[in-house]
Amino acid sequence: MSVIIDKWSIIAPAKDVDAEWGGGEMENTKCECGHSNPVGTTLCEYCGKPLEEENASDQPLEMRYDGKARRSQTKKTTWVDHVWNFFSSVKIAVWLIVITLVISALGTIFPQERVIPSGNPDVYYKQKYGTLGDLYYNVGLSDVFNSPLFMILLAMIGISLVVCSLDRVVPLYKALNNQKIVKSPVFLTRQRVSRTQPIPEEMDKGELLKALSKALRKKRYYIRQEGSSLLAEKGRISRWGPYINHIGLIIFLVGILLRIVMPGWYLDESVFVQDGKTKKLPEVGYYIKNVKATMELYDQKDSREQAENGQPVVKKYETKAILYKKNPKTGKLQEVKKGPISVNHPMKIGDLLLYQADFEANQTQAIRLQLTDKKTKAKLGEFRINLYKPAPEYTLKNGMKVRILNYFPDFVMEGNRPTTKSEVANRPAFVFEVTGPKLKKPERSWMIAGTNLDDISKANRYTIDLTRLETANSTGLMVRIDKSLPIIFTGLGIFMVGLSMGFFWYHRRIWVRVKDDNLYVGAHTNKNWFGLRRELEQACQVTGLSLSFSPDQRREE
Amino acid sequence: MEQAMEYALLAAFFFYLFSTIAYVMAVTGKASRVGKDVHTQRWSRRGLVLAIIGGTLHILFTVIRIAISGHFPTSNMFEFTAFLCLSIVAAYIVIYFIYRITVLGAFVMPLAVIMLAYASVFPTEVKPLIPALQSYWLGIHVTTVAIGEGALAVGFVAGLIYLICWVGQGNRTHTRTAAFLEGVLVLLLMLVGFVVMSGIFSGLGYQASFQHSVDEKPVVEEYSMLPIVSPHDSKVSKVDSFAGLEKPLFEAPSWLKGEKAAGKLNTVIWSVISGLILYGLLRLFLRRRLYELLFPLVKNLDLEMVDEVSYRAIAIGYPIFTLGGLIFAMIWAHEAWGRFWGFDPKENWALITWLFYSVYLHLRLSRGWHGLKSSWMSVGGFVVIMLNLIAINLVLAGLHSYA
Repeated sequence: MSVIIDKWSIIAPAKDVDAEWGGGEMENTKCECGHSNPVGTTLCEYCGKPLEEENASDQPLEMRYDGKARRSQTKKTTWVDHVWNFFSSVKIAVWLIVITLVISALGTIFPQERVIPSGNPDVYYKQKYGTLGDLYYNVGLSDVFNSPLFMILLAMIGISLVVCSLDRVVPLYKALNNQKIVKSPVFLTRQRVSRTQPIPEEMDKGELLKALSKALRKKRYYIRQEGSSLLAEKGRISRWGPYINHIGLIIFLVGILLRIVMPGWYLDESVFVQDGKTKKLPEVGYYIKNVKATMELYDQKDSREQAENGQPVVKKYETKAILYKKNPKTGKLQEVKKGPISVNHPMKIGDLLLYQADFEANQTQAIRLQLTDKKTKAKLGEFRINLYKPAPEYTLKNGMKVRILNYFPDFVMEGNRPTTKSEVANRPAFVFEVTGPKLKKPERSWMIAGTNLDDISKANRYTIDLTRLETANSTGLMVRIDKSLPIIFTGLGIFMVGLSMGFFWYHRRIWVRVKDDNLYVGAHTNKNWFGLRRELEQACQVTGLSLSFSPDQRREE
Repeated sequence: MEQAMEYALLAAFFFYLFSTIAYVMAVTGKASRVGKDVHTQRWSRRGLVLAIIGGTLHILFTVIRIAISGHFPTSNMFEFTAFLCLSIVAAYIVIYFIYRITVLGAFVMPLAVIMLAYASVFPTEVKPLIPALQSYWLGIHVTTVAIGEGALAVGFVAGLIYLICWVGQGNRTHTRTAAFLEGVLVLLLMLVGFVVMSGIFSGLGYQASFQHSVDEKPVVEEYSMLPIVSPHDSKVSKVDSFAGLEKPLFEAPSWLKGEKAAGKLNTVIWSVISGLILYGLLRLFLRRRLYELLFPLVKNLDLEMVDEVSYRAIAIGYPIFTLGGLIFAMIWAHEAWGRFWGFDPKENWALITWLFYSVYLHLRLSRGWHGLKSSWMSVGGFVVIMLNLIAINLVLAGLHSYA
């Protein structure tokens, strides 16, 4: 018998099984061999003969799930079935992936809100990127990865993963676990790799099968024999790969879900601490002391250690830190952990992680001010204001007093009201009240860093001038808790195991049957047909029947 | 030491080039004296040996560079692209030993040559690592990504061969596939054009610079190619004259505001123009479309086999890319930046690459997208990888813009 197949698998895409719902008859289908198959089965469970096919085509068989019906193909009545069928479709799954892909791509056109250097995205995008930027913001693309749409998409992918996998793994498991060895010759000749060869009369059929089975066993096949039929199989593990990797992905998504819904599982805060200062960490019961924060540069004299534009390159950011916990009885801070925190080397205690994230050199800590009598030019004393803990009042010479009426560490005008942007003294501003024996009523004076206000205080008798700034470095630390990390990385590990099983192994099955002086060989694999053919040819060579399984050979026959 | 390193890479480049020539000889040579089969076998072996020697020299370059710099050379565009080139060669050698298709070499090796030439356009000096990169994950994460992408690139080449074969074997010159195929080949020519123009201008020591402002700060922008387009609202500081041109032809639109955006646009324009000129010359002198030119190399191939090679390369590359580009990436991001995923442009494009190949696999395994459709998908995947390599690093700013 010759099989003439003209590159069928390439030019004509394989049949779309998902779209074919198996006719809709609610009766079991009986095969010629007498076996009664459940509804939706395409290949007889017993002998492998194709069912429900009008004309005997010579196209290779669709071997998916060995012809077993999936739940989504047989149950289509209740609403559960409808939901199930929707999510079990690979078409839907592919669309979900494509939508995620497109959204992710759109999300990279402009920077996301999280990373822009402004707290007012509504203004920022329009200002920086014009009309397109404004549209980007208004459509919601500027924060798309936190949008409900994206969350829903992830959830749908999760459901699709569960349903798709269950819908397929069950019939596949049943089919592979309950394989019959003797298959109909139709099943064998209609495999993609197949050969039918008349056995020469002088050849002993039993010996031929024995030799074949020995040759295949040498190639690490697991062989089962029944009468004059053989089933050689190896690498079944490969078939579970997709389901295991899907389980990994489901665990990964569950991890992400948990970090959102479980209180206390996720924390993302930051804290700035000046050299030598101790600060309470936000949301957690720890205190951190920044013993010293340093920034190290590469050798600036060596041009090879500079960036292309000649700028110095930072070698290291590091904070020597001590972590404390408050003793509930005494109220005193007790040291818990001590050590350096640097980029790539966070400090870890329990679930809490502290990352080196920022470094600000020479931040103003305190200012020294001088009070001067404009009339007499007499200097009435210097006083120091700690910008992070200013005293309410400063007493100077000659009974002069300076009181702080108002203090804005990070001064900004909002409308026409003064206010502060943050608690960091980036642009300190003060309203002072000066009192003294020579003044009938207190004098008010303003002081804003970097702004000349001489005009406002013109009428005042006393002026306050800056004499010196006291600066220190401060370090920016990220305060993180992510209790879902073990789940997330476990999921990813399982995913990787599944991928490796699926892609680096291959499932190969070879059916051999001797019937009516003919040797029927059919073989199937989930990938690497070339390797399968080569293996078959090598196995056949040993038996004295050199058969070719190459597609070329089949065409030439 | 440094000289040895440079010579090693230069030698690797030439060995890749010689390997390309040997492979083309293997597939096209007439060789009536020894017979076609012997000729093909002989030259194919030469091509393979040359490729292996090139790869070994490339590894030698990598080792010397590690010795000099103390870190794995995957920290900037030059280093990464050069390593990607090595990965492509390595992936090819692996695939060759599985399938032994000579023609594949005639297509992969020129791609390796282009890649290495593209890499050398970027500054090649050894530079110190910024704190975020100082981790053993630099070697692990980036190399795994590159190896994965190398295999995916071989999948792309096989897909391309499939398309050339499909169009040629069926005489489908007037199909859309033929037109798009020609388009993809022209895109590759533009990459060649970019490399050639960069070589010419840097060989001439060409310089031009403009003053303009970015975010209200004055900036001087340096051009390494003749400015066709100048930054928006800019003043010329200096423009070397070239081929009679002394002034930029037009100004970049106002929305193109990034710090080096106009210079990049200028480079893109040059790539497109030079690619099209190259294409025009080829058409003029050879009187054939590119795919017609390439078809004789592949005419004897079995489509089914080529399809399988493409899928196999992707099936090898996909898990490796996943491991490097997503899993290792997440572990390192968690260590360095305190979050395992931050939707940084580069992270996003790694995700997009991964999603794209996931779609490829689902359509292929579950919906029967073999052959033509599958080959187009493999081409699309490589376009995404190239977008990530070229466009994302250069155009979109983000945490990964190291070059």
